[in-house]
Amino acid sequence: MVTVAWAPTARPETLRLRADLLARIRRFFADRDFLEVETPLLGAAAALDPHLSSFVVGCDGVADRDLYLQTSPEFAMKRLLAAGSGPVYQICKAFREAESGRWHSPEFTLLEWYRPGFDHHRLMDEVDVLVCGILGTPAAVRMTYDQAFEELAGWSPRDADMGMLRRAAREQGLAEDVGAETDRDGLLDFLFSHTVQPGLAGRGAVFVYDFPATQAALARVRAGNPPVAERFELLVQGVELANGYHELIDPAEQRRRFECDQTRRRERALPAYPLDERLLAAMAHGLPPCAGVALGVDRLVMLAAGASSIDEVIAFPISRA
Amino acid sequence: MATIGTNEMRVGVKIMVDADPCVIVDSDLVKPGKGQAFTRVKFRNLKTGRVLERTYKSGDSAEAADVIDTDLQYLYADGEFWHFMDLASYEQLSADQNAVGDAAKWLKEQDTCTVTLWNGAPITVTPPNFVTLKIVQTDPGIRGDTASGGTKPAMLETGAVVKVPLFIEEGESIKVDTRTGEYVSRVKEGE
Repeated sequence: MVTVAWAPTARPETLRLRADLLARIRRFFADRDFLEVETPLLGAAAALDPHLSSFVVGCDGVADRDLYLQTSPEFAMKRLLAAGSGPVYQICKAFREAESGRWHSPEFTLLEWYRPGFDHHRLMDEVDVLVCGILGTPAAVRMTYDQAFEELAGWSPRDADMGMLRRAAREQGLAEDVGAETDRDGLLDFLFSHTVQPGLAGRGAVFVYDFPATQAALARVRAGNPPVAERFELLVQGVELANGYHELIDPAEQRRRFECDQTRRRERALPAYPLDERLLAAMAHGLPPCAGVALGVDRLVMLAAGASSIDEVIAFPISRA
Repeated sequence: MATIGTNEMRVGVKIMVDADPCVIVDSDLVKPGKGQAFTRVKFRNLKTGRVLERTYKSGDSAEAADVIDTDLQYLYADGEFWHFMDLASYEQLSADQNAVGDAAKWLKEQDTCTVTLWNGAPITVTPPNFVTLKIVQTDPGIRGDTASGGTKPAMLETGAVVKVPLFIEEGESIKVDTRTGEYVSRVKEGE
């Protein structure tokens, strides 16, 4: 007889904990007069970030072209903000092709929210209240991206050229790993995940903020020497839990970044996706100054449950979908 | 030569790392929400047994290692090589000291061993988990002492030395767990 793996991979008590956390999150936002919203999971446009890959869905008889499972609800939520929604939050599924591992699932649950009038520091305050309330950890420590490297790796990436970054990798015994990496941000990502994150593993909640301008994604860049992206990440026990921005609201700069990402996708022979003209039109109409953040709900449950694999907190992970 | 992409680097897959054949024992995705994805792989070097880590950028690949495990019968050693035979094809293979390593002290003629071949040549020899070997030298036994829990060294016919209970006599055969090198039980003649 063939045994079919039909049962959930999450234990009943973990599923109850998950339901309880979702209820607490909704209460947190209801208490703060947020509007809970739902936006399409199937969109006509996709994120253009070369490090994200979208599932393409053929929609014969429904749409006149392919649709894309959204990697986050960001673009659609910003259109609601431009329409005057005020503070909004959403708990939804997000999809990222080729992301599977102990902390990753190609289908996962995101909590995303936006605060008109906030900058990234005020939003970090709010993230701190929510996350520390749920995990029972002390208030988060804050350090800039540069300070995180200085404190945990012992050197500063500020102004570091490729030679210095390769040398830093060599001193950590990681020279073989980075091999022929030619992209400075790729090398920084590698060093952050291999030298900074392990050092944060023994800590509670830490906000890392003010990223290199080249890693701004959809955050504003603050002029200075060097300029920095007003972006933050929340790491708990070294695990990336949330990523937020003081949002870019300038449509011309947004179009320039989209086109730049499209060029990078072409150079790397990655699939081309349509650019989100609806988001750009909404930004041209006027996106209010705001800050926004996306938080991985599965990882939050993992941390609360002390789980070591994301499959332990999802009833039916991709292997049993 | 076949290559293994980062998305295929799963536990049990055999790849070449720094010109040595290795087997993947753990693999995980390392990916910031915004940024470059990596696959962190833990692997065992099949020649040295050492476990090391390496991180591959997503989309990178490693050469597949042409490694297979075969069950072969141990025939004899000639002082330089250990000779094995495939019982199905009667084909013979010889392994050198590097491949046999510590397994040498458990090899008894006609026992079936797992011989790992890389590009057709033996690189490691794994003895059976349990072997029955005769004691060629040990101090006289203390008859009837099955309760004190004391042990004494005993040399086996293959040259291995294991700790045995005090009541075991020279000339007896014993069963040994080759993974731990520990005495398991006495084996009566004919078993």
